[in-house]
Amino acid sequence: MDLTNAAVYFLIKFAACFLAFNAVLMVVAYTVLAERKVLGWIQGRIGPNRVGPWGMMQPFADLLKFIFKEDIIPDKSTRFVYFLAPLIALICALLPMVVYPFGPNVNLTSLGLQDIPYAGQYLSSFPLAIARFDVSLLFVLAVTSIGVYGIALAGWSSNNKYSLMGGLRASAQMISYELSMGMSIIGVVILAGSLDVFTIVEQQTISWGGILPGWYIIPQFLGFIVFLISAFAETNRVPFDLPEAETELVAGFHTEYSALKFALFFMAEYVNMFTVSAMCATLFLGGWHVPGLSHLVAYGSIPYAIISVIAFFAKIFGFLFFYIWVRGSLPRFRFDQLMNFGWKFLLPAAILNVVLTITFVFILNGSR
Amino acid sequence: MLETAAFIVFAGLAIGCALAVVLQRNPLYSAISLIGVFIALASLYVMLASPFIAAVQIIVYAGAIMVLVVFVIMLLNVEEDVFSTKRLKSLGAIGAVMGLALAAQALFIFYAVNRGLPNNAAATDNPTMGLPFEIGKSLFTSYLLPFEVTGVLLLMAIVGAMMLSRRLQTQKLEEVVEEERERRHDN
Repeated sequence: MDLTNAAVYFLIKFAACFLAFNAVLMVVAYTVLAERKVLGWIQGRIGPNRVGPWGMMQPFADLLKFIFKEDIIPDKSTRFVYFLAPLIALICALLPMVVYPFGPNVNLTSLGLQDIPYAGQYLSSFPLAIARFDVSLLFVLAVTSIGVYGIALAGWSSNNKYSLMGGLRASAQMISYELSMGMSIIGVVILAGSLDVFTIVEQQTISWGGILPGWYIIPQFLGFIVFLISAFAETNRVPFDLPEAETELVAGFHTEYSALKFALFFMAEYVNMFTVSAMCATLFLGGWHVPGLSHLVAYGSIPYAIISVIAFFAKIFGFLFFYIWVRGSLPRFRFDQLMNFGWKFLLPAAILNVVLTITFVFILNGSR
Repeated sequence: MLETAAFIVFAGLAIGCALAVVLQRNPLYSAISLIGVFIALASLYVMLASPFIAAVQIIVYAGAIMVLVVFVIMLLNVEEDVFSTKRLKSLGAIGAVMGLALAAQALFIFYAVNRGLPNNAAATDNPTMGLPFEIGKSLFTSYLLPFEVTGVLLLMAIVGAMMLSRRLQTQKLEEVVEEERERRHDN
């Protein structure tokens, strides 16, 4: 197994992507179930409990239903774009998973795999991320900015006034909040001095004054709040779910979509929630870092890596629970309130955060 | 080998999408093809060891500007190309001249590379050149003036947009509405 061979390298990366994407889709399936269960508890109901023990097989029953339903294509729709839109939505939701570090570099030499030729140099520090490059944070922003087209084109191609309204609302909302989202992470980039997600996480493994964890949520609390709110708007979740406001727009941009194409949009929404939660955990909550763990287990050992990966997923699940909690608690914004809030409050707050961060970094570092 | 294959794929995608931009009669299809061109170009930038430019290309052009273009097309719902070919005929000569200039430029690049003229050092010679640090450094040192002038230009655009979208006084608004009504009545 010659790891320097381009074809072998390509195959390994392909397998890693396949594994990661399927794992995310499984998590997403159970997020949907968790949402229905938790909403049930919040509203004093039981939630789905018929398929399997505690309703655990419900996601698979739903998926089978989506697959076997009749796939209706509106006569007056723009056929090609109508097919393209759900694909754009799901692919752009999944792609950011490529860059997130699921754990630290692991030393796999204890597994006794050194006999495999050319593998030695990779085994001593094996990164638990699919790809690592210098502008991975910008890659995430770029991919999410393409994701807008999925919704906008779906609304347009359905040839339905509710769909069009939903698509227009979604694109206006996503452009507006993308701006504050991009602004809010500049503070993190300044502190870390890097656009590489892997480096940003590694920078957070230090501690402030030996007591507090070195997570960027502490110096960047304002940025964290702005990011969290814009993340809700970016994923079109309550209280920002105006693109699919059912009291006004039937179902918004996916009114005319049925069967598996609707399922793709549905999956894209939850995958988006997952990736945004992963980004939030990575940038502000130290990614895979567990404070004080390196005192118990050696950094880079296999148990350290396992605990780190579990910690990363625990942080993501925390955010996912928060999403569901908010959905159970808050009503929907009106559209003008949404725009006013985004442009007149969130964006200035993000800019203030950038200015404050630059000032503090300048004072603390001196003029180098 | 793999690099050449990737180049052929992305360059072919760029050319194909660019042709589609011009040849499609539905404006929304043209816009989608233009997004395809931007993505293919970004992939080529990545292959030229400038990932930062590639990411910015997608964020700014494909993610922001084209969203606005698609937005406008969707709002106006322009179905098909309504311009008559007669009106476009005068533009043919200009198009030919522009095309010739572009072809001359491309040929000159081939010529320069083959002759080994100065200033054609490959970007990959310096691996840090396409990274954000180097770009930021040159933007704030050697290219500071053009950078700031661009900033003023964008500020002018913002002020212009605010002037245009500013709410008119009620009386003025009534006049505009009245004018518009008369204009429609005439037609």
